[in-house]
Amino acid sequence: MAKKVALLQGNTACAYGALYAGCNFFGGYPITPSTEVAEVLSEELPKIGGKFIQMEDEIGAMASVIGASLTGQKALTATSGPGVSLKQELIGYACIAETPCVIINVMRGGPSTGMPTGPGQSDVQQAKWGTHGDHPVIALVPASCQEIFSETVRAFNLAEKYRMPVQVLYDEIVGHMRERIEFPEPGELEVIDREAPSCSPEDYKPFDPSNGDVPPLAAFGSEYRFHVTGLNKAADGFPTTKAELVDAEQRRQLRKIDANIADIESYEEYQTDDAEVVIFAYGSTSRSARYAVNELRKEGVKAGLFRPITLWPFPEKRVAELAQQAKAIIVPELNLGQMNLEVERVAKGACEIIGIHRVDGEPINPGQIMAQVKEVV
Amino acid sequence: MAYDYEKHIRAGKLPHIWCPGCGHGIAMKGLIRALDTCGLEKNNTAIVSGIGCASRLPGYMDYNTLHTAHGRAAAFATGVKMSKPEMNVIVVGGDGDGTAIGGNHFIHACRRNIDMTYVILNNYIYGMTGGQFSPCTPTGHKASTTVYGNPDPIFDISKLAIGAGATFVARTTAFHATQIDKLIAEGIKHKGMAIIEVLDDCPTTYGRRNKFRSVVDMMKRLKEIAVPVAAASKMTAEQLEGKVLTGVLYKEDKPEYTEQYAQVIERAKGA
Repeated sequence: MAKKVALLQGNTACAYGALYAGCNFFGGYPITPSTEVAEVLSEELPKIGGKFIQMEDEIGAMASVIGASLTGQKALTATSGPGVSLKQELIGYACIAETPCVIINVMRGGPSTGMPTGPGQSDVQQAKWGTHGDHPVIALVPASCQEIFSETVRAFNLAEKYRMPVQVLYDEIVGHMRERIEFPEPGELEVIDREAPSCSPEDYKPFDPSNGDVPPLAAFGSEYRFHVTGLNKAADGFPTTKAELVDAEQRRQLRKIDANIADIESYEEYQTDDAEVVIFAYGSTSRSARYAVNELRKEGVKAGLFRPITLWPFPEKRVAELAQQAKAIIVPELNLGQMNLEVERVAKGACEIIGIHRVDGEPINPGQIMAQVKEVV
Repeated sequence: MAYDYEKHIRAGKLPHIWCPGCGHGIAMKGLIRALDTCGLEKNNTAIVSGIGCASRLPGYMDYNTLHTAHGRAAAFATGVKMSKPEMNVIVVGGDGDGTAIGGNHFIHACRRNIDMTYVILNNYIYGMTGGQFSPCTPTGHKASTTVYGNPDPIFDISKLAIGAGATFVARTTAFHATQIDKLIAEGIKHKGMAIIEVLDDCPTTYGRRNKFRSVVDMMKRLKEIAVPVAAASKMTAEQLEGKVLTGVLYKEDKPEYTEQYAQVIERAKGA
């Protein structure tokens, strides 16, 4: 049987991806250019008995999402730069309280109100460092409408599997672009639900590390009663200031990522096998980069594309290998140089790193990238 | 009436962090008596708080307890209640937490008339951080950040709640211990947003700076300023100067938020 297809905007694809993943709660606040995610879910969620709430502000939206998740819901919010700046407080809360949830950030120009209807990629470092304290981070950067669908599903899966907030970042171009989407059949994409406790309610400790780095999470309203706090806490969920417990707790949380890189990492390579110049690009910029690679190859230039799909944790190992192989890595970004810092960090001087930066609300076009590559070769 | 206090607390988490003479313990006992009276199922009840001395209360209660970020309790609680409308949701917090940093969440939770019981312990000060002035510190009074006297006018929390749309608003004081549980119990039974303001004392960071020589003096003041609503109707404006009304200040039946949303679901399914 032919699959259901549709011409969908990126933001709409995100909403349907969330529904596919089992999302049943959305808490949000209107903000360009992400609002379509909220609009679609306000219509679709009640049809399946799910809940949509438009909160009084961005922080309240994030709070409602965490509250919902603690009752066992798969909860989502969607926002853009100014909103995600406000949400940082409670993204940190979701980290320390190990509460699964998904945050969509449709990136626009900044800082502050910036250019609400223009594209940007200036939140990519904020996704890692935006909230205070050390904490695990997973951020995904889809580059097409189909991929927004599938990466939104994967974001929920990673959130549920590792008990943490997961951010999906895509720029306004991808969010507002319309493309043909093939809807996966139910069961075609994996859908993961958080592990529930199997011990007796009396023995339940919501942050007990004795059976692995991701303790099972019970739901409020079930037979398990538990305490959640934003303070550093012991295995039983209650605050502690005991040095060894505080230290172990934070290290365990980072280990959820570090010990599972292979499961979380995702990237695509195009023509990199023999590439002398590698373009590191994500989101809409990677589409220009792919076009540039095709054109350059026609001219006999050995160019290739490395496209991270999981941006954080950063694909350190593979980027380091490519730095050994290539003369240069070109990093086009809709910001004034963010991920190129990370590429420089892992390349350790093995090759030249050249950024192409644009913050005028216009996309980076293939010609710009081609000119830079030719300059290198 | 005998109350079963033990049933409701996590005895292992005591002693509490509150200073000698603090009224929060009185309010907590009032909450326990209200819960005991109402017989809420523990598994099906969540107690949510923000940050501050009052917000430590849920940790001592053997319920689903959620100690959130500063000011955000009402918004977290809204997520819980929306997700599981069958759960009983109780919020506990202080005056600074609820009406300064959390003011927006507070008024909008009132406006929605979402079914929860919000017990706000108003001790006129930011106690946990050492006594900075809150939106409820009386004008002219001293705090660690108003050593020359507080220039700010105050929020009347109960009036704020009524103005914002809460459908049950009541006020009492830590002196009127038995009224606390009666009002909270009435709030729990009320369908919609119930605000119970408890005027409280903070001898450590407010009393010392404002010439209350003892906790007893602070309690006497709470006794003296409280005027029951019924009695107030027979008093002159002059007689009511400096007094606060206690008892049920406002009560109204209006559509509750999660019930309204249940209708949205019905309409969406029928569409």
